[in-house]
Amino acid sequence: MKHLVLVFFIFLFCISCFKNYSGRIDIDGSSSVYPITEAVAEEFRIMNGDVRVTVGVSGTGGGFKKFARGEIDIANASRPIKDQEAEAALKAGINFIEIPVAYDGLAVVVSPQNDFVDYLTVAELKKIWEPAAQGKIKSWAQVRQGFPDIPLRLYGAGTSSGTYDYFTEAITGKSKSSRGDYTASEDDNVLVQGVSSDRGALGYFGLAYFTENKNKLKLVGIDNGKGIVFPNDETVTSGVYSPLSRPEFIYINSKSVNKPEIQQFVKFYMEQAPALVKEVGYVPLPDEVYAIAYQRFLSGRYGSLFAKSSTVGADLVALLKADSLSTR
Amino acid sequence: MKNLIRKIKFIDKTFQYLAMAATFFVLIVLCVLIWNIFSNGLLRINGSFFTNLPSRHAERAGIMTALAGMGSLLVITIVIALPIGVLSGVYLEEYGKKNKFASFIEINIANLAGVPSVIYGILGLQLFVRMAKMGNSLLAGALTLSLLIMPIIIVATREAIKAVPDSLREASYGMGATKWQTTSRITIPSALGGILTGIILAVSRAIGETAPLLVIGALVYVPFVPEGPNDQFTTLPIQIFNWTTRPQEAFIINAAAGIVVLLLITFLLNGIAIYIRNKWYKKMRY
Repeated sequence: MKHLVLVFFIFLFCISCFKNYSGRIDIDGSSSVYPITEAVAEEFRIMNGDVRVTVGVSGTGGGFKKFARGEIDIANASRPIKDQEAEAALKAGINFIEIPVAYDGLAVVVSPQNDFVDYLTVAELKKIWEPAAQGKIKSWAQVRQGFPDIPLRLYGAGTSSGTYDYFTEAITGKSKSSRGDYTASEDDNVLVQGVSSDRGALGYFGLAYFTENKNKLKLVGIDNGKGIVFPNDETVTSGVYSPLSRPEFIYINSKSVNKPEIQQFVKFYMEQAPALVKEVGYVPLPDEVYAIAYQRFLSGRYGSLFAKSSTVGADLVALLKADSLSTR
Repeated sequence: MKNLIRKIKFIDKTFQYLAMAATFFVLIVLCVLIWNIFSNGLLRINGSFFTNLPSRHAERAGIMTALAGMGSLLVITIVIALPIGVLSGVYLEEYGKKNKFASFIEINIANLAGVPSVIYGILGLQLFVRMAKMGNSLLAGALTLSLLIMPIIIVATREAIKAVPDSLREASYGMGATKWQTTSRITIPSALGGILTGIILAVSRAIGETAPLLVIGALVYVPFVPEGPNDQFTTLPIQIFNWTTRPQEAFIINAAAGIVVLLLITFLLNGIAIYIRNKWYKKMRY
């Protein structure tokens, strides 16, 4: 045993002799942005092997807490920073640059055995998910006339996820306002399993999880008053799949902005994002957005575009352009 | 009378079958689990799985940094927890007075062994990560895990020392040995088998811990092997957990392969524990 320990330490020591690194980038936050940032970090490493990039998964809220404590350089976020979070950061002398990196559509799904639902209106979704529905809306027959009397069983994101925040805001009009009597999980694969085997089930999660489990699930179109729309790359990018497509962000710590490795990393992120975002199952933003966002980074535009407005149904190109023209 | 005998025999048999069914139930659950994991993951395991860095491509992703992180974490944990745990156990059993205060400590150590691990994580986050400003480093993780396994080591040490017959100690005193000589030359060597078994079991518990490490901020994407106690780290259970939450099927297979590796390490450690125990008990025939 003692020899083993000794050998292990010698092993560690030997590796440390050969490795050298200059600069480190600490990233943490949302689990939905994680695959994108991981992909960028992986590619970045090939070119810049001596910069240590680490990525954690503390959730959007957890990431912003660390951000405000100055523990990380970049926060992954699947929703814009909240006022309290921004204030906490500013109090600690940390400002931030907000960069949108991708779109994520939220898929509303039912089981393939479900033969009566093709689409749902936003109003129907609201009727199902609003807090007042708790314990009352229990059958599909209550959702729309003509639906059979089959028990309605709901599956959705856990309360600490950005997906939950966004879905509740988009559907019920208020973030975190949802009924509580549904199967909640932070692990979307659990939701996939639950929905796929239950004829009366209805669930929501990131589009990537539907794409990977197409044969186990049935996608539900969303009618937002302008016709029935199914989520796919085009409808999500163009904003037609409203209100269930959301932007994902990274937030750069103002104290790290001038580090050369951070500047390299953000540049690389913006260059590679269109290809990598697609590869990991998300929807890239229009090229224009990456270009404007990078300009914003270079010129050091702090603050959030969504301090006063919601991201639900937001047109990123228009918002970014308007902001770049204004002189704050 | 005959009826009564029949009835008693019936009860006897029923109980036997019930106990058997319970045992088989546990075995079947274990077999299903192992079969499920191995059939999914075994084929995924190859050389590069152990040497590759984390990756977005499931087939290129490996567990090198997770294994290295876990290994270094455990080594540092043992270095911290072992002396403190064993010495406390020896003190409580050999030196401490058996009074009310001693039994109060005893109860609290037993309680500590039962505290949910995530609570140690919260303690570690506040104490080591923030107040001691260690950040999400190996050292902070190892200190947290040390707190977690220390009660187990203390209890195991005490049990092992308790099992050493008094006649051995009395013989030592009879030869004119001091307390220190008796403890260091007779008691601890006789109890070493039990102590080592306890330590290995504690370590195999620490291996599977994910919750406290996630709380103190262990990361997921760490593309380097830790080189010192201040480096950031990830561990195998965290890597597995991350893989199971990915949408792509291939990552689920990776997770199964990771679980196979983790199970084998745990089996190996438990095997070593059993081996040491048997060997020691044969050697130590009182």
